[in-house]
Amino acid sequence: MDYRTVPTTCTYCGCGCNFFLEVLDGRIIGTIPSKSGPANQGKLCIKGWHVHQFVQSPERLTRPLLRKNGNLSEVSWDEALDYTASRLKEITSAHGSDSAGFFASAKLTNEENYLIQKFARAAVGTNNVDHCARL
Amino acid sequence: MTQNVKKKVKELLESGKIKGFLGLCQKNGHIGPHLFCDPDDLESMVLGDEERPGDSRYPLNKLLIHIARSYPDETFGVLVRGCDERGLKTLYTWNQLNPDKVIPVGVACPQELADACECLRPYPEEFVEGERAEERSSASVTKISGLDVKDRFTSWMKEFARCIKCYGCRDICPMCFCNECSLEAEELIHTGELPPEIPIFHLVRAVHMAGRCIDCGLCNEVCPADIPLRTLYKKVADIIDEEFNYRPGYSEGKSPLNILGSAAEE
Ligand code: SF4
Ligand code: SF4
Ligand code: SF4
Repeated sequence: MDYRTVPTTCTYCGCGCNFFLEVLDGRIIGTIPSKSGPANQGKLCIKGWHVHQFVQSPERLTRPLLRKNGNLSEVSWDEALDYTASRLKEITSAHGSDSAGFFASAKLTNEENYLIQKFARAAVGTNNVDHCARL
Repeated sequence: MTQNVKKKVKELLESGKIKGFLGLCQKNGHIGPHLFCDPDDLESMVLGDEERPGDSRYPLNKLLIHIARSYPDETFGVLVRGCDERGLKTLYTWNQLNPDKVIPVGVACPQELADACECLRPYPEEFVEGERAEERSSASVTKISGLDVKDRFTSWMKEFARCIKCYGCRDICPMCFCNECSLEAEELIHTGELPPEIPIFHLVRAVHMAGRCIDCGLCNEVCPADIPLRTLYKKVADIIDEEFNYRPGYSEGKSPLNILGSAAEE
C-alpha cells in the first residue's frame, strides 16, 4: 500500500492555489485544498477541486496533434515543432510579422508566459500577443 | 504539544496494531494530511495549529474512507478531535468505516477553538493530548433566530447570493460520501448553470446534512464566499434533536433518517 498526499500548485489558472493531491498506489484520487496556501487559504474554485479528474482523463491530450488531410493525427514533438517553425517562417515572410499571433495561457508559469511574449516580439517581430481567457 | 500523540502512534505502529496513522504533518511549508507508516518517521507530525488553534484541520475521516475502500482488511489509526470522533461514530452507523479497523488517537481542543466552533463537546471520549475545554452553545444560531421570519429569510438570501457553486462545502465534508449527489441531480438543481439557484441549492444540502452533520465547521472554512453554512447546519441539527431526540455523534445508534430501501417502504 502506498498512500501519499502530495503538495502542489493548481495548473488551471494563474492564481497559484495550493493543494494536496491524494495518491493511492500511483493513482491520483482526490484534491484537498491547502489551508496554508497563501493564495487560496484552504479554498478552491470548482475547477481546482476537480484537478485530480483531468490529469488522468483518457480524453486528455498528451501528444501534439497535427491536421493532415483534414484529420487531426498524433505526431511527435519534433514533427510538430518543425512544422510550426517552418509554417511561421513561410507565413511571416510572405505576409509580414503581424500576420502571426501568439496566445499565452493562464495555465503557464510566469516564466513561460514571459518567454512566449519575448519570442513573439523579439523573434517574430509582432505585438500580437493575447491570452486564452479572451478566446 | 504533539509528544503524547507521537508516543501513542509509535507504540501502535511498532506493535503492528495499525498499518498506518492518518494525521497531519508539516511538509513543503504546508500543514496537510499525511499517512505515517514508519514509527521512526514521526518528526514532522503536527496537530493542525498554524497561527491559531485548529486553523489547519482536514477531513481525515474522509481520506480514511478512501484508503479503507481499497484496503478493507487493514487497520488504520486516525487523529481525532471531538468532532472527528462524532464523525467516526456516525460513519460506522452508515457502514462507511468498520469500527474494528479504526483506532482513533484523540486530542482535546483548547478553549479558544471551542469558543470559535461554539462546540457542544470539544473533546473526544479519550484523548492523549490537551485538556477538556468548556462546552459552548450556538450563539450564532440564537442570534439569527432572534430575527423575525422575513428578516431571517432576507439575511440568508443575502448570504446565499454570494455562492459561486464551487461545491467545496460538499467536497470537503467528511460526512458527504454518497456516490450520487443530490446537488448534481437535474430535477433539483440546474447543473452547468451559474450562479446557483438560491435558496434551493443551499437548502438541498442543509436537508441532506440533517442527521449527518457532526458540526466540524470545515464547510464554513472552505467556502470562498464566507457563507455561514455552519450556523445553518447547526440549526438543522437542533431541529432534528428537538423532533427526534437524535444528534449525530452524540446519540447512540442510527439517525432516524437512516432508513434505506425496504424499511422506508414499510
Ligand atoms: S468542533 Fe469542537 S471538537 Fe471539532 S475542532 Fe471545533 S472545538 Fe474541536
Ligand atoms: S460542519 Fe459542514 S463539513 Fe462538517 S459535517 Fe457538517 S456539513 Fe459537513
Ligand atoms: S462552498 Fe460556499 S461558494 Fe462553494 S458551493 Fe458551497 S456555499 Fe457555495
